[in-house]
Amino acid sequence: MRRALIAALFFAVLVAAWQAMAWSGRWSPVLLPSPGSVAEYLLAALADGSLLEATGVTLRRLLVGYAMGVAIGLPLGLLSSTWEVVEDTVGVLALGLQTLPSVCWIPLALLWFGQSEGAMLFVVVMGTTWSVMIATDTGARSIPTVYARAARTMGSAGFHRWTRVILPASLPFLVSGMKQGWAFAWRSLMAAEIYVTILSGFGLGQLLHYGRELNAMEQVVAVMLVIVLIGLLADKVLFAPWERFLHRRWGTDARGA
Amino acid sequence: MALDTPAINTVPLGDERLGELLVEGVSKWFRTRRDNVHALDDVSLHVRPGEFVSLVGPSGCGKSTLLDIVAGLTRPDAGRVEADGVPVTGPERHRLVMFQESALFPWLDALGNVLFGLKLVPDLGRRQRVETAMEHLRLVKLERFARANVHELSGGMRQRVALARALAPDPRVLLMDEPFSALDALTREQLYDDLQEIWRTRRKTILLVTHNVREAVCLADRVVLFSPHPGQLREVFDIPLPRPRDINSAELSGYASRVTAALKSYYTRDAML
Repeated sequence: MRRALIAALFFAVLVAAWQAMAWSGRWSPVLLPSPGSVAEYLLAALADGSLLEATGVTLRRLLVGYAMGVAIGLPLGLLSSTWEVVEDTVGVLALGLQTLPSVCWIPLALLWFGQSEGAMLFVVVMGTTWSVMIATDTGARSIPTVYARAARTMGSAGFHRWTRVILPASLPFLVSGMKQGWAFAWRSLMAAEIYVTILSGFGLGQLLHYGRELNAMEQVVAVMLVIVLIGLLADKVLFAPWERFLHRRWGTDARGA
Repeated sequence: MALDTPAINTVPLGDERLGELLVEGVSKWFRTRRDNVHALDDVSLHVRPGEFVSLVGPSGCGKSTLLDIVAGLTRPDAGRVEADGVPVTGPERHRLVMFQESALFPWLDALGNVLFGLKLVPDLGRRQRVETAMEHLRLVKLERFARANVHELSGGMRQRVALARALAPDPRVLLMDEPFSALDALTREQLYDDLQEIWRTRRKTILLVTHNVREAVCLADRVVLFSPHPGQLREVFDIPLPRPRDINSAELSGYASRVTAALKSYYTRDAML
């Protein structure tokens, strides 16, 4: 309760400072839209459905791309942690590609897939896969060997060993890897949506982009707010339960953080 | 030395006389980039079903390596190991290991850990598994902590769960790799009592690796002494003391000091080389 109060107070002060700056009149409303005008836009965009539609389009792209990235990155990470051949080939490739900002994929994606959902998805998958793979690889390598030995003596081998020992044992690293992958997916998608107009759907990034084109800064700021809120919400809904589980079971949140 | 004299003070066994171990001429080298460590040199040992044997020696004498080889986790470079007449080629459910630091899985609670091995036993129903697991948690006096997470348990409690986990699938042989070394003296002594009671009632063959001579003497029918560089089996001491034994008793101290004296003689000899 006290923590919630402090948080509420913090954000109230933040908004008040923003409002004060807007009222001071030192900056034109085009450069610094007031909280009121942003709220007004948000309400209007909610009412006419454009905001919800854009959010829906963006979230669908994000979830599909993220799921694909995890589905590819996780097994690859497990493979590269055990097989030197994979480590020396795909592992090196992943390390390199992870450092490549996913915006760089956009020109190629457009050439290969045209102005389509495929191009969007490609950029998101490229942004997600490698970081998930590297986190999984690191996680699987950090498992104390005594777990694997104990499991072996009890008769755990093959698929059972992977699903009942290696995966759960590397869970603290997996969760942080998945979280990092989520952040990368989100960034990639926003970059793609801002740079590319896709006729099959109008996402949050495009809404932000057109706000800029129309000099409607309250729209830009409002969309940024929505993006931040979705990020926060994803953290609470998707990852917080896992982190609580890790905290409870492992007795530490240093590794799950 | 005294390999074939019958064990003294053992409860008569039932029909089941499984859990025999035969180690013959086992040698092991560990090759690293700089070194070629001779971990075990021509070690032979025969352990009778239901016998409790302690392996003692300073660190680097290969006693843990021998345990790994018997467990099937490591292959010997020479020699052979048989369990109940069958060559050991890999880990097997009949020989379970209790490790140095508790190797309990932190993603499972106490009950989940005990169930882990039971789930790999064929032809066991869910109800039977849970009943067996609870029965073994009761055996180590932790049934109230079935749902506790590993990090919530003290060091002694963790090793109790580890003991329950190793006993639950009903192995013929229990291999213990310095299971008490990280515990404080009081907890350790309590566990000696419990282990003696469990061994009396369950009659497993137990191979215990330890560097604590008193512990070895207190628990075992025979104490096997190793010396390092290369790891060699030096002497076997019979411990014909009545059970249950008190680790602080004078008779036990007598045996322990004899073993310690022998241990020191090899140790100093090697240290001077």
